[in-house]
This record gives sequence, C-alpha cells and structure tokens, in this order.
Amino acid sequence: MITEKLKKGIWNNAINLRDFVTNNVTPYHGTHDFLVGPSEKTQKLWEICKEATKEERERNGVRSVDTDTISTVSAFNAGYIDKENEVIVGLQTDELLKRTMKPFGGFKVVQQALSEHGVQPNEDLTNLFSKYVKSHNDGVFDAYTSEIKKFRSLGFLTGLPDNYARGRIIGDYRRIALYGIDKLIEAKKADQEAITGPMSDAVIRLREEVAEQIKALKEMIKLGEIYNLDLSRPAENAQEAVQWTYMAYLAAVKEQDGAAMSLGNVSTFLDIFIEEDLSNGTITEVEAQEYIDQFVMKLRMVRHLRMAAYDEIFAGDPTWVTEAIGGMFEDGRTKVTKTSFRFLHTLYNLGASPEPNMTVLWSESLPENFKNYCAKVSIDTSSIQFENDTLMVASRGSDDYGIACCVSYQELGKSIQFFGARTNLAKTLLLAVNAGRCEFTGKEVVSGVPAYTDEYLDYDKVMANFKIAMKEVARVYNDSMNIIHYMHDKYYYEKAQMALIDTNPGVNIAYGIAGLSIVADSLSAIKYAKVKPIRNEEGLTVDFKIEGEFPCYGNDDDRVDVIAANAVADFNNELKQLPVYKNATPTMSVLTITSNVSYGKKTGATPDGRAYGVAFAPGANPMHGRDKNGAIASLNSVAKISYEDSQDGISNTFSIVPKSLGANETERIENLTATIDGYFLNNAQHLNVNVLDKETLIDAMERPEEYPQLTIRVSGYAVNFVRLTREQQLEVITRSFHESM
Amino acid sequence: MYCHNPDTIENSGGMEYEIEELVKMAIRMKPYFRQMGGVTVSGGEPLLQAKELIPFFKRLKEEGIHTNVDTNGRVLNNFTKELLDDYADLVMLDIKHMTEEGYEYLTGRRLKETTFNFAAYREASGKNMWLRYVLIPGITNKPELLHAMGKHFKDYKTIEKIEIQPYHKLGIHKWEALGWEYKLKDARENTPEEIAEAKEILEKYFKEVKIN
Repeated sequence: MITEKLKKGIWNNAINLRDFVTNNVTPYHGTHDFLVGPSEKTQKLWEICKEATKEERERNGVRSVDTDTISTVSAFNAGYIDKENEVIVGLQTDELLKRTMKPFGGFKVVQQALSEHGVQPNEDLTNLFSKYVKSHNDGVFDAYTSEIKKFRSLGFLTGLPDNYARGRIIGDYRRIALYGIDKLIEAKKADQEAITGPMSDAVIRLREEVAEQIKALKEMIKLGEIYNLDLSRPAENAQEAVQWTYMAYLAAVKEQDGAAMSLGNVSTFLDIFIEEDLSNGTITEVEAQEYIDQFVMKLRMVRHLRMAAYDEIFAGDPTWVTEAIGGMFEDGRTKVTKTSFRFLHTLYNLGASPEPNMTVLWSESLPENFKNYCAKVSIDTSSIQFENDTLMVASRGSDDYGIACCVSYQELGKSIQFFGARTNLAKTLLLAVNAGRCEFTGKEVVSGVPAYTDEYLDYDKVMANFKIAMKEVARVYNDSMNIIHYMHDKYYYEKAQMALIDTNPGVNIAYGIAGLSIVADSLSAIKYAKVKPIRNEEGLTVDFKIEGEFPCYGNDDDRVDVIAANAVADFNNELKQLPVYKNATPTMSVLTITSNVSYGKKTGATPDGRAYGVAFAPGANPMHGRDKNGAIASLNSVAKISYEDSQDGISNTFSIVPKSLGANETERIENLTATIDGYFLNNAQHLNVNVLDKETLIDAMERPEEYPQLTIRVSGYAVNFVRLTREQQLEVITRSFHESM
Repeated sequence: MYCHNPDTIENSGGMEYEIEELVKMAIRMKPYFRQMGGVTVSGGEPLLQAKELIPFFKRLKEEGIHTNVDTNGRVLNNFTKELLDDYADLVMLDIKHMTEEGYEYLTGRRLKETTFNFAAYREASGKNMWLRYVLIPGITNKPELLHAMGKHFKDYKTIEKIEIQPYHKLGIHKWEALGWEYKLKDARENTPEEIAEAKEILEKYFKEVKIN
C-alpha cells in the first residue's frame, strides 16, 4: 500500500490529515515549464461538456431535471460523460447536468423551482411532504417571531438561509482517500461510545448526529459500489486518491445543495500521491495532469436546482466549489506543490471558468515562480481570487484550512461555520434619521430611536441614533440565526459532510453586512459637508440635499476610512454580545455576493447622495466611481478595515484595464504581483482580480454566443458573464475599472 | 507634440500639495513597491520645479523610497544639479529627436544640444540613467537617426537601458478635450516589423532595449 511507504507520524494512529500532509509534502519552487496540455481523452470529454452547457443555456438554464427521486448519497445509477474516456468517474445523477430535488431544505422551494421550468414533483412526494414530512423551511417559519418576519420582509435582513440550504460546511474530503471508509466508521463508533450522560439536550443531539454520520459513511460505500469502486479501503495510487476524494465530495453534493459547497484544500494533499507515482514511474506528467483536468471538469459540472428568486442574491448559478491553493506551513515551508500549478493550469487546458472557485492563499513568502504564475493566470483568465494566508493563519491559528464560500477561513476537519447571509447596514443607518421607522412604509422597525427634526443632520446625534439602531438590528439578526441553525440541524443535517469532520467540531457563526461604503460616505457627508434631510408629510426622510464637499471612502483618506473601519467594529461588537446556538463563536463578513443590486432596490436615498434604488458597491468596495485617486489608494482604504473585527472575511473586487497594469506581459505580471504583495502587507484579507476592458464586456452583452466561457470575478466568486441577467451585467460594467495605479 | 498627458503641460494649474502630504502618500504605497517601485516625478517637465523637488526627494530618501525623474532634460541649473547629484536615484531622459530640425518640428524648440549636455552631466556624475525614445514612423524611426543615437551614447556607462515607446494615438482624445489641435493626427502607428527593425539597430549599441 502506498501509504506504508510514506513517512509515518501522528496520522497513523489518529485521523489527522494535517500531520500526513506536513510530513510527506514535496514543496515546489520551480517554474510552470513542466506543465502539459490536455490529453486526448480529456479533450473529447470537454467537447461533450461544452455542448451540454450550451444546451443548458438554451433551455433557460436547466438541461434536464429529475422529478421522481429525492437525491441522497447513494441515489441514482452510475452516470458518465463518455465512459471510455473517463479516468475519474462519477456524476450527481445518471445523466450529465441533470438537476435533482433535495427537498429537506424546503419542499415549497423545490416545487417553485420545478414549476418555473414547467414541471412538478411526482405526486407521491408532494403528498408525503405536504402531509407527513417537515422541512427546514417549515421549521424555521414555525419558530420565527413576527419581529424577524418584519425585518425580513422590509429588507433589513436579506438572503437568510431559511428557505435554502445553508452550505458553507467543508467536509474533509481527503479523509476517504487516506484512510478508507471502514476506518472512518470505526473512529466514529469509538467517538459515539465516548459520548455519555448526563443526557442534556446537547449530548443527546450529538449522539444522534454521530449515528447519522455513520449511516452516511455506509451510504458512501454504496456510492462507490455504483461505480465499481471499493471506498471502504484507502486509495492505493494517485488515480485512486483523486477518485476517492472526488467521491467524498460527490456524496456531499448529492445530499446537500447548500449555497456554497467548498472543496477545501485538496491539491497539496493529492500531490503526495502523484509525486509517489511519478517517482516510481507508474505515471508521467500527462496522466498527472489528466487526473486533475478530469477532476476539475467534474467539479465544473456540479449543479443544483434553484428558483429564480435565488438568482437575485447568488447570480449566475454558482456552486462555490472553492479550492484553496498554496499558502505556507507554520514551519516556514511553502504548501505550493506541482499540483497547485496543475489545478491553475486547468484554466488553460479547459479554458476559463468560474468553478471550481480557485482561491490562492497568498503570502509574501510564496515561491516567486508560483506568484508569477498566479498573476499570469489571473491576467489571462480573471478566474481566480487571492486571500491573505499570513494574516489568516496568524489570526485564526491553523495552517490546514479551506475557504468556505468566498472569503471565510475554516480549519479543515476541525471546525465548521453556520452561514448567516447579511444585514443591510445602509438601511440601518436610515433608521437613525427616521426615528427607527422604515424609510418606505413608515412602520416602526426598532424602538428607542429619538425622532430627528433638525434642519441639518448633526454627526454626533446621527451616530448616537445609529448605534441604537445597530444594537436592535443585531439582536433580531441573532434571533433569526439561532432559529435557522437549530432547524437546519434538525431537518436537513449535513450528515455526509459532518461524517468527514471531527465529532463535536468548533463552530463559527457567520454574520455579514452590506452597504459599508454607503454608510461610510453618508457619515462623512454628514460630518464634513452639510446634509439637509428632505422629509415628506409623514415626517419620513425621502431624500437628502448635500451642501459642500466631503471625502469618500476609497481614496486612502483617513477622515472617512476611519468611519468605515469603526462602523465594522461597532456592529461586530454588538453581535459579539449575543448568545449563540451551540455556543458558536460569532464572526462577521463584509461581503455581498451579487445581492448588492437587490439591496440597492430595497434601500431609499442615502445621505451620501446615492439615489433610491441605486445598486450598492459589492462587499467592502468603495462606491463605483468615487475612488478617484487610483487603484492603490482604493486598495489602501479597504485595507484599513480590520480583519479582527471581521473575521469571516472582507471582500474586495478589483477591476483594472490591462494596459494600466503594464505595457507587456512581464510588466503586468510584475505589477500585479507587487499589488497583491502590497495590499496584503497592509493586512488586507481578500482580493478578487479582473483584468479586463469594459469593451469586452459590452461586446459579450451584444454577442453572448461568442463568449461562452468569459469569466468575471464579482464578489468572492466568479461567474460566466453571459449567465448574468442584463441588469446584473450592466451593474458589473458600471463598476470602477481602474485606468491608473 | 505627442505627449500622452497633454493635460499636464500647462505651467499653471493643477492641484497644490504640501510636501509632507505627498511623502505620506508615498509611504502608504511603499508596500507595493517591491524591488522596482518608487516615486517618479513626470510632467509636463518636472525639473521646472527642481527647487521644490529637492526637499521632497530628500524626505523620500529619508524614508528609503526610490526616486526617479522623468525629464526631457531641458533644464540644467544649480537646483537641477543638486537634485540630480544628491537625491535622484534614476533619471529617465527623453530623447525627442537626433537633429535640431527634428526636435524643433516635434516640440517647437531647438533643444537637442541641451538634452545632450544634460545627458553628459548625468554621465559624469556616474549615476543611473535610462533613455526613452518615441518611435514615430517617418519621423523618428529612420535607421540613420537610430544609428546616430547609438553612436552618440554607446560609451555611456550610466545608461542601463533604452526604452522604446512605439507611437500610439491613445492621447488624441485628451488633446481634443483640451481644445488643442493634434498635430500628429496623420502619423500612423508602427508596424511590428518597424518596431523589430528599430530594436535590432539599437541592440548593437545598448545593453538592454525595451519595447513598451
């Protein structure tokens, strides 16, 4: 067995992937010259996939859908793209791109999604779910208070995972390849034995959860059998290691349709098996790249059934198969291997793509050759994102982690997170000038905010009111989160993923905010210019008149950047005070996905001069067109938001036209590398990079058929540009494209 | 005549900054510089403000920031000399044309000799310099001009490289927006062959020839 030849350690006596990887990895400092193109088999498969995705687009985004079967780990017969050319097998169903029902998140959601495509679930299932079976969505609404419902319907809390699966949990998919399922079952059984009384709620729940996990592991063995694979034992060579790891991930996406279903950090792990086979001569670089190409191809073909309303907050049909690549070990060695390169290289072998969501864990100490290759891939494909490895490891403690969704650190196999979408902080600010009433309906949303009647807005008074509003919004937000995650555990527990994570893992609860730049600029306007509220007959502020100039967030100007940083810290502090289900640790993100467009529609005029309905800037970005001092000044402003106050991540999407980055490829690579180094040395956390001309996007709007693979980073993830709605496309085009550094 | 930043030519106008403000901005950008970055003053002609640049560059040097002057070399007085000798890590010298007539056609002034004197002064100081040259078909790309430049500078020890900027029309809209006639409207852009030919000639004389 391959693992017997490898260096031993703690991993031989306990489930410990980190120990296996650190003991056996071969860090790579060389260039990308060793990489090879796609094999003939891979090319044949990819042609079929391209044709299938074209049909999918033509059929309103769904190529086919199953209406009879509840998707579980072992549901469906084997499915192939083209069996004889597949070296890595497995599809979610018996047919490429077929979508399935996962009704435990909410049966009504499944019905709605199906009816939008002109079909209905089979009658027996409809009968079962309407009469006998309860879903997560049913449970949440049984427990929701009228106050939470009001916050939700008025748009203060948006995108909550109360009618879709929460996702964000990353199973440690490497475990099956290293240990085989039999050994994992044995370990879980031992854990369960050790969970004993007194039988409190928490203890009973945990015993039940582990029992569910063991069932899921047994189902995974069955899933392997469908494809003639013996997953009960460890992988014995590189091909099996890739195949086993993919099967573990496949189990997760057959059972769950969480918004983000990240992969973790498998590339460095898989490299150990590939290196072993390369050194004993059983494979060559062609096979090594073929495994990775085909694995990545399968990840690109993952699909979930979604309703149209979902697309408003998560546009472009994303699946967030986020793979974290690179980074550094705590001992100072790099985690970069040849397989880190091979993963990135799929963007050439198969062309640009939003999935898997490749995320480079960046450190100034990464090998220079790897940095340059990442920069090159980013410039050529706009398909990858960068996150600050040095910052996250120092702040969060482990070097063995993945990225949940877009920007969220998650230690692999040791901790999980509870996803919580976000609250609209700009709308919360409007409560401060409207006596706690909604700016549209006049309904009281929070109590205790004094009425504001002065002719001009006063900074101190507005801030005092804003703090009252934040406290109340945080309280209701926390209530909703506790209900959601209690119910998700109860009705749609992620047993397959949790089976690949330590029993009783650490939990982060992941709150979020949207509208940061609007809050910062609004408060800056109030402080440095004169802002006159325009009130209607009911006394509601419907617009603002600004007299004079004020500094805007995004220009490296402390006067306003400090306001932004403080707003993040203040709201995070409010959230931290509140009790959380399963004693989770509160964290917060500044991230919007694509909901910045819908948030804009749901938010009245703001004191920064933004008109009612205008889209927010995404994530922690400065407002479009207000960052006038060049790219670096804009980055410097965002870097001032402290990661300690926003440990779930601070998303910044940065678009620059190729010629401003440099006159030729060498210069562009040098400058992008220097930009990322500089941004992260300033303790920033995340950077999405697009190197594009606006004209390309405009042309793609006119002639989408010419740009089937055009990829653009939006907010912590990437999309096929042609899959966005026209409105979303226009919003992307109006964003700042930096024409100077 | 072909400056791509015509909005910076006027001797009046622009924003006024305190030196300390500029230094602070540069310090904020320091993490982005790596080995090759720093502060470049360009224009217009930055050496018209050489006296003011001295304390600015002095402060940048104190902060360990690389300094660079992008100039056409038309000003060489005591202030310029102090700036060059004591504070400018690099000079990027724009050679407009190799004949006085050509220089005058392009700029309205006869400053070829002045530029040469400037280059000689820098050479004597032993400090780094790059040459820059805009390649305009029919005006500056003639082989005899390129050979002349090569011969004139081939023994200079301080010249690390020459950067060739193939002429492009990107700046036209800026000139039009300023209400100025764009005199080179009829000039065309270089063909790849013309660029390659110029590069080949210059490589006979210079250590490094870079095409921008």
